[in-house]
Amino acid sequence: MARATGMSELVTAERTKDAFRRLVDPELPGLYSLARRLVRDGAEDLVQEALLQAYRAFGTLRDEAATGRWLKTILVNVFRDDLRKRTRSVEEISVEEVEGFSLYRTLIEVDPLPYSDTLHHDFLTAFGKDDVREVLLRLPEIYRAPLVLKYMDGFVTKEIARMLDVPLGTVLARLHRGRKRFEQEMWAYAEEASLLAGRDDR
Amino acid sequence: MTETQGLIPCSEAVRKLWDYLDNAVPPEDQEKVDKHLSFCRTCCGELEFAKELRAFLASGSALELPVDVKARLERFVQEL
Repeated sequence: MARATGMSELVTAERTKDAFRRLVDPELPGLYSLARRLVRDGAEDLVQEALLQAYRAFGTLRDEAATGRWLKTILVNVFRDDLRKRTRSVEEISVEEVEGFSLYRTLIEVDPLPYSDTLHHDFLTAFGKDDVREVLLRLPEIYRAPLVLKYMDGFVTKEIARMLDVPLGTVLARLHRGRKRFEQEMWAYAEEASLLAGRDDR
Repeated sequence: MTETQGLIPCSEAVRKLWDYLDNAVPPEDQEKVDKHLSFCRTCCGELEFAKELRAFLASGSALELPVDVKARLERFVQEL
C-alpha cells in the first residue's frame, strides 16, 4: 500500500512537472526579454530564480491563459527583493533635473537630420532593440522598472504598484520622471553612439 | 502659448500628456489639455511624438532568446 501511495505521488509529481513545463516553455522568450531590460547582468539567473519560485507556487496559478503575466509578476518580485538587498538608499531624480527637457523640441532645435521630412520618426527608427535596452539601462532601476513594465510589457499602473510594493502615487511620479530621463538619455546616447551619422545622406 | 489666454501653459500641458494618453488624468484636467491642444500647434507635435514614442517602446518588447540560453533554461525547468 505504501509503495502504491509512493508510486501515485511520483506520478502526480511528474504530471505537475509536465504541466509546468508545457506552460512555461512558450513564455521563456518574454521572461528573458523582461529580465534583460531590468538588469544589465544576470538576466538568466533572474529568470531561473523566478522559475524556481513559480514551480513552488504552481498550485496558485488559477488561469493557464495568464501564465505569462503570472511568471512576469514573480520575476519582478524577485528583482524587487534583490534590488532592496543591494541598495540601501533610493536614488531619486529631482523634478528640476528633468522637467525642462523635451526631446521633441530638442530635435527641432538641433535638427540632426536636416534633410529629413520626418525628423522625429527617423530619430526613433535609428534605435535598434539593443540601443533601446542600453538607454533603459542608463536609468536608475527604480525608474527603469515602471517604464519597462508599463510601456513594454503592458502592465497597468496599479499592478506595477503592487508588484514593486510602492504606493500608486510613487509609481506615477517615477513614470513621469523616468519618461523624461529616458528622453534625455535617448538624445545623449544618439550623440555618443553616433546613431544618426550617415542617416541623412542624400 | 501663455496663461493670459486662459489656457494652461505649455509646460503644464506637456507634463500631463503621457497621463492624458493613458486616460489617467482627471476629467477636468483632460478638458484643460484638450483646450490647450486645440490652440497650440507645438504641443500637438509633442502629443504626436509621445504617441509615436509609446508605440515605438511597445513594438520593441521581444528581445532575442539566444539558443544556448534557451537550452539552459529548458534544462533548468526539466530538472526542477
